[in-house]
Order: sequence, then C-alpha cells, then structure tokens
Amino acid sequence: MSTRWFGERVERREDQRLLTGAGRFLDDVGHDALAVAFVRSQHAHARITGIDVTDALDVDGLVAVYTWDDLPGRLAEPLPLLIPHPDLTQPRTQYALARGEVNHVGEPVVMVVAVDRYVAEDAADRIVVDYERLPAVVGIGAARSAEHLVHPDVPGNVAAVTTQELGDARAAIAAAPHVLELDLAMERSLSSPLEGRGVHARWDADDRRLRIRTSTQTSTGVRAAVANILGLPDVAVEVVTPDVGGGFGTKVVHPYPEEVLVPWAARLLGREVKWVEDRYEHFVSATHERGQEHHVRVGFDDDGTILGLEVEFWHDNGAYTPYGIVLPIITATQLPGPYRHRHYRVTFTSLYTNTVTCTPYRGAGRPQGCFVMERTVDRIAGKLGLDRADVRARNLIGPDEFPYDLQMTFQDGRPLIYDSGDYPALLAQVKELVGWDGFPAERAAAAAEGRRLGIGLACYVEGTGVGPYEGGHVHVETNGRVMVATGLTSQGQGHETVLAQVVADELGVDVADVYVTTGDTRRFPYAVGTYASRAAVMSGNAVALAARAVRDKAIRIAAEALEAAPDDLDIEGGFVHVRGTPSRGIPLSQVAVLSNPLRYSFSKEAQAATQFVTPADPDVAPVPDDEEPGLEARDYYSPVRSTFASGMHAAVVEIDPDTGVVDVLRYAVVHDCGPLINPMLVEGQIHGGVAQGVAGALYERLVYDAGGNLSNASFMDFLMPYLSEVPTPTIGHIETPSPLNPLGIKGAGEAGVIPGSACLAAAIEDATGVRVDRMPISPPELWAMTRERVAVT
Amino acid sequence: MRETAPARGPNDLHEVVVTVNGVARSARVPARRLLSDLLRHDLRLTGTHVGCEHGVCGACTVLLDGEPIRSCLTFAVMVDGAHISTVEGLAETDGAEPDGELGPVQRAFRECHGLQCGFCTPGFLLLTSELLARDPDPSDDEIADALGGNLCRCTGYVNIVRSVRRAAELVAEELRP
Repeated sequence: MSTRWFGERVERREDQRLLTGAGRFLDDVGHDALAVAFVRSQHAHARITGIDVTDALDVDGLVAVYTWDDLPGRLAEPLPLLIPHPDLTQPRTQYALARGEVNHVGEPVVMVVAVDRYVAEDAADRIVVDYERLPAVVGIGAARSAEHLVHPDVPGNVAAVTTQELGDARAAIAAAPHVLELDLAMERSLSSPLEGRGVHARWDADDRRLRIRTSTQTSTGVRAAVANILGLPDVAVEVVTPDVGGGFGTKVVHPYPEEVLVPWAARLLGREVKWVEDRYEHFVSATHERGQEHHVRVGFDDDGTILGLEVEFWHDNGAYTPYGIVLPIITATQLPGPYRHRHYRVTFTSLYTNTVTCTPYRGAGRPQGCFVMERTVDRIAGKLGLDRADVRARNLIGPDEFPYDLQMTFQDGRPLIYDSGDYPALLAQVKELVGWDGFPAERAAAAAEGRRLGIGLACYVEGTGVGPYEGGHVHVETNGRVMVATGLTSQGQGHETVLAQVVADELGVDVADVYVTTGDTRRFPYAVGTYASRAAVMSGNAVALAARAVRDKAIRIAAEALEAAPDDLDIEGGFVHVRGTPSRGIPLSQVAVLSNPLRYSFSKEAQAATQFVTPADPDVAPVPDDEEPGLEARDYYSPVRSTFASGMHAAVVEIDPDTGVVDVLRYAVVHDCGPLINPMLVEGQIHGGVAQGVAGALYERLVYDAGGNLSNASFMDFLMPYLSEVPTPTIGHIETPSPLNPLGIKGAGEAGVIPGSACLAAAIEDATGVRVDRMPISPPELWAMTRERVAVT
Repeated sequence: MRETAPARGPNDLHEVVVTVNGVARSARVPARRLLSDLLRHDLRLTGTHVGCEHGVCGACTVLLDGEPIRSCLTFAVMVDGAHISTVEGLAETDGAEPDGELGPVQRAFRECHGLQCGFCTPGFLLLTSELLARDPDPSDDEIADALGGNLCRCTGYVNIVRSVRRAAELVAEELRP
C-alpha cells in the first residue's frame, strides 16, 4: 500500500468554503423560518404556580406559545437517560419544558414561536411566570450537607456512588513508610464554542418527512431520539449536521429540549421553525463541566515509589443526569495516568445541585484526574526532597509492560488496558524541550534580578477511540469522484481532509478526488458520534476498511476487463493497471461503469456496460450472487476496547509578586497519538487544547452565587482568553502505534487540554512556594495566598 | 414644547442603502434591526457570523468605510449610505463559488491552518486585511494589537498569528512588479 497522503501536511478540504463565507452554519439556513425564543427560569429552584401569556397574545407576529401542558405523548415525559449505569440509582432527566418545577436558572419553561426572533423575544418578555421559590442547592458542600434537596425524592442529593479497586489500597497505605493526605479541587467551566447551539426543522407534508438541521456532535443520536419521542418512523426523520462552530463536548448531549421542541412545532405548524441559541442562553442552558472535590491518601517509600493510592471524590452533576456518570467514571479510571499502581482504590459520589447539568467538556473528567495524580506526585517529591521528574520516572510503566492491565472498567464498559506507549521517552523529551535540567540555574539567574520563576510538569494517559463502532461508505462514481460518507459529525477538526487522506491511500487515488460527508443520516444512517477523541480512530479505520473492499472489487472487475490476474493489478492515481506495465489498464471511472450492468446507457462511456456490448458468460448472471452493482462498499470498525494515547506537558512561569499575574514563559508538549495522519492538523488540535488548558488554569470559571444565579454569564465576565493570554507551545511527538486498529492510530482531539491545570499549578507552586490545591487560580487569589504564605508541606 | 413627530413603533420600516463589497444593496428594516442581521438575513450574506451579540467575541467584525466594527453592536439604520466590506468580498470571485480564487489573506489562513471550525474566521480575515492595508509589514506586537480583541476557541491563536505573517508575505509578493 502506498502511504503518499497519510502523514502529509495536506491543506484542508474544508477551508475553501469557510474562508469565503460560503460555509453553512445553522443560522445560515432557514432565513424564512419562524423563530423561537424561550422563557427560561430565573430561579435556581422553584415551583411554578402560574403562567400568564395574556399580554403576549397582543404582539403582532406571534404564532404560538407552548408550555408543558401543550406537549403530547412522549414529548410530555422526561427526556431520555442516555447512558444508564447500575450505580446510577437515582437518575433524573428534565422535561422538554418545565413541568411544575424548575431546577436551575435557564431551564426552559415556555416556548414562543413568532415571525422573527425580535418578535419572539417581545412576546416572551410579556409572559409572566409565577414561582414559589425553594431553597437552592449550590456547590458540592451544600449538596453533601443535604440540608436541602434538589429533587425531593433523591435522598442526600446523591445520584450515584461507585467504587473501583485494584489490589488492596488501604492495607498498602497502612504499611507504607510515608503517607500524605491532600484535598484538591477544580471549579466549574464550560465548552463555550464560538457558535452556540441551534436547531432548524422542516416538515415536508408531501413526503411526510422531517428534516432537522442541528448544531450537534451526534446526528444519528438526535435522529433516534426525535423519531422515538415524536412517534415517527426512523426513515421519516433526516438529521443533517451543518458546519458546526465548535462543540468541545457540550453538543454531544441530545436531544436537548430544543432539539425535540423545534421539530415538533415545525410539524404541528407546517412551517419551517428555527431556534438559535444566544450567548446568555448558552451559559445557562448548554451543559457545563469540571466541578469536583477530591480527598487523596497516598502511601510511598523512601525513593518515591507509590505503594498505595486511595481517592475519594465528589462530582457536581448539576440538576440532571442525562449523560449518566460517565464524567466521574473517566476521572476515576484515568487518574492513574502513566504510573504503575499496584493498589488503587477510588470512590466517587455524584451529586445533584440546582445548577446547569454537567456533561463532558473537552478532556471530560481527565483534567481533574490528572490534576489529582500530578499534584500528588509533586507532593511526594516535595516531602522526600526529590526531583519531581525523578519521582515520576521511578513510577512510570515501562515500554515493555504493554499491554498493561489496570484491572478496572473504563467509561465504555470495557476493560481498562493500556495498549501501547513509551512513557520514559515522553519524559526525556519533555524535559529536554522545556529545559528541565538547566532550570535551577535559570531560576537562580532570574532571582538575582528579582524575578520569580517556577517550572512544572504533568503527565497523562488518555483513553481514545472509544467504541462501540463507526462505519464508512466509499463509492467511486462513474465520473471518477470518490464519495465517502461516515455518520459521525465534525466541529472543525478537519475530518473531510484526514478521512480523504486515508481513502486516497487505500484506494490509490488523488486526495483531491475524494469528497467526504460527515454527520448526515441520509448518507450514513448508523453512527455514534464525535466525542472522546474518537473520530479519526473510529471513522478513519472504518473508511479504510470500506476503501479496501472497494479496491478489491475494482481489481476483480478490472481483471476481467483486462483479462489479467487480479494479483497482477495495482491502482495508482485512479488508474487500475498491470504491475510493471502502467499503460495497460483502465481508469477507476470506467471500472465504476463496468460495475453496474446497464440496460440503458446514460453517456458514451456507459455504453460499455450495456447488455449487447458487455461480453457475457451465458451461464453467469450479470450480477453474480456474491456481488452487488456499483463500485462501492460499506464497512464498520468496532474496537474491542479503547486505545490509549499519552503525553506530558511542562511549563515555565513567572509570577509578578505585586499583582499575582502569572506569565507563561515557555510551554512544552510531547504527545503520542501513534502515527499522525496529518501533522499540521494534530498540531492545531494541540494548540487549541493547550489554549483551553491554560484558560481553565488561569482564567475561566463559572461563578454561581449562593442563590444559584450564574454571576458571569457573558463574555464580558467569563474570561475566555484572547491572543494575548495564550502561549505558543513547543511540540514534540513520539509515535507508538496502537496494535488495536488497522491504521495503528490513537485519538488526538482532547489531549492538549488535559494536563494544563496540573502543569501550571505545579509551576506556580514552584515559583511561589505556596500550595496550589484548587484550580483555576486568579491573580488576586494567588496574590492573597502569597501574602498568607500557605507553605507547601 | 416642540411638536413631536407622530409616534413610531418598533416595527416601522426604514430604507437603508449600503454598498456591500462594492455592490449597492438596500433593504427596509425596523430601527432596531442589527447590522449583523441586515447582512445575514436581509441581504443573505451569511459569512459574517454572530458569536455573542454583546460585542466581545468579534466574529461579526466587518469593515465600515474601511474601519473594523462589531456589526452586532451597530443598528442597520446607522450605516445608511456607508461602504461595508465582508468576508464575501475577499475572494476574487463570488464567495458562493467553490472554485473562486482566494485572496492572499485567505490563502495564508489555509496554508498555515489558521482556522478550525471557521466560525470566528471571517472576523479575523477582515482584521488582517485591514491591518495589512495600513501596515504591510506588521510586527508581532502590532499583530497582537490588531487581532487581540477577537476570540477564537479552536486554534489557540498560534496559527492565526502565523497566517497573518504569511499573509503579509503573500500581499507583498502580489504587489511586487
């Protein structure tokens, strides 16, 4: 197989339309659609005692107003529990419109449909909802104390408790020469894509089909849910993902209330209906993540070898649990990182609060797990007076220990077994890139000038390419174009490009002749979605397998036409030819013609496939039993378990002692996601991930007041970094192929964000000598901590 | 007391005439209609995106008589008679034409992978065009100054800055005789 495109810095196929304004994002379609606005709860916890829409009825251009009472059948029931788990004993999901009670600020209560959004908001403003306020449960402390309950029938606000254990951690810690206890926390944040959510639906009464466009990470998931809730045949519901302006996790939740309400209204009204989320709505109704508090006990020996680790943590799942307990499971199972643990026990409690529901945001529980593990290793080193990198080196799983079985169950319900990696090589490279060994001299030189520098390091392992499966369809048209479809969706990663690279190589065609469609149920109805750094692994391998099948078929057909042995044929540049005789062959376009026996020709080239022209064996059917017409194939990739990427980040920071401002002077990344399909795109993913990691460490947090109001629900107050706040990372790669999939690849989408908080906390602690146990950290907080001198123990 | 004009409602329509990318366009819009909505929904030029509608993210940036502005903070009736440049005007041919020849700034962003989801990109493209029009060889500080008010969630800005530097080279090459 030629590998001409795999590994190349191919420019993106997506960019032409996105650079010219010809992209089609959700709000770029449906200009004439009716517009929706929602009346959302302004209270964190309240009983709805009345809804008065009278004033709204006078608004010119109002079309309809809906409350829960108007919802029929399944639409009036709670939305689906997407990922059930035996330990999630108290799952709760929301109603599409609140039924008598609201559980967070932002929960939709009334849906207004009007001629445009301005008018819809006019009408929404005139609707009066009467509430009887109930005590709000805000924050993990309030949830744990259970003085008040979010859901009256959920004791202790506890949705789930889960324990996993490897070995006997408590006994190992009891027997260890040294023991440390730590409390570590991370605050709440959100994905915050530049484009919010949005849904457009059109009911075709003639065809009796519903077409939904939604800014989602899973079009097939939306389709299944909407068809089920609205009682429509699956085949009558088409979900098309337009260009999506970023997702980062929050758009994998489905169906959001709006995703069923808008299609329902479109069908009921017989009109196109559209809802486009505004930024405030995004802050208070698109899902959040990251709020966790952890207690750690670790036992270790004199040289820093970890003997036993016990972690208990509390996860703030917000008001509902549509996504199950995947987030805390990921923290629990990815916390061990690249280290050899013989005894590890982890218990988490997932708690309800009267805040926006939490579901994965890029990194998905891993930034917290990494923060806990890495802070623990740093403290071990501090306690023993050892170099932090040396203590890590001592505990790393060796390159000869794979597959490495952690004897736990991962987020996909499959065994947690690391497939491959070379952690010592990562450590050596990241130390080199950041200048670890020379840093003491650098710090001393800076200190002589009155500058305060620190260095930090953080390591992670990321389970990627999570199942259950993805599929691919590859079709060579009679014009020679290779049309590829896969069901998962794209939010800017560049799937149209990398999947084209994979298919071009497998099929022996130019990448420019390959056209990839993602996230359109009309083109590929079976899929799971884009999350967990899985798209390249899952769909990459699926389209590779489908392309191999097409290649085999092309060679079978061409061999007959050329009267050559199949084994003697090769495909290069879209031309099937006899090896060693490049002129003896036929183009794939003509093979496509021959693959489909015709009665009726449609072009001069197609005449070759018609019944009086094709040489026919009178005893063989034109389409033999084991063949199908058309030069196309569909195949699926379903892994036995996840493949584990890994990496390490290191940073040098300077602290301004007068202000507490943290300046990131250097940021080094070493990353192993196996062979790189397109290094330029992988680096882009790392750049973006690092930016979000730094943002989560130093700038971004969602601040709820005690009453459950989100105090900073705008870009004015939620500090998303601009260009001036983000460092340019130095990036190194190592490539240990995965033995689990045909292309040997691992996911790369989320990695960049994972160690950001751990790495910067370590560097800040190193620079200031104060304990950094909670992230993010703001300049005033750091300034106050340095004044209080909360020394590292 | 001065006599007041008859009360006018929020839905009364006003004629707005603007030159967009060199083409005279007009629409009748209510006084409260945002320029971003005029461009996107009345004129159907959807390349200008709206990310926050409170003037922070900059995705909606267009050039008003050559100066970058937030079209989400501007009423359409305020720009009557003005010249507006949007992303659709940056390519040699109509933006809707997939084979349209990209301009140097657009080519630079493609070469340097200066975009991922592409939602914020039109704003950055217009800021870059405006920057290079007044300073063909900007320093890194000048680039940070010019682009530092727009948000991108995907790229970490690294390749956006590279794209601007590359765009300066491409513009210079085009100007070279």
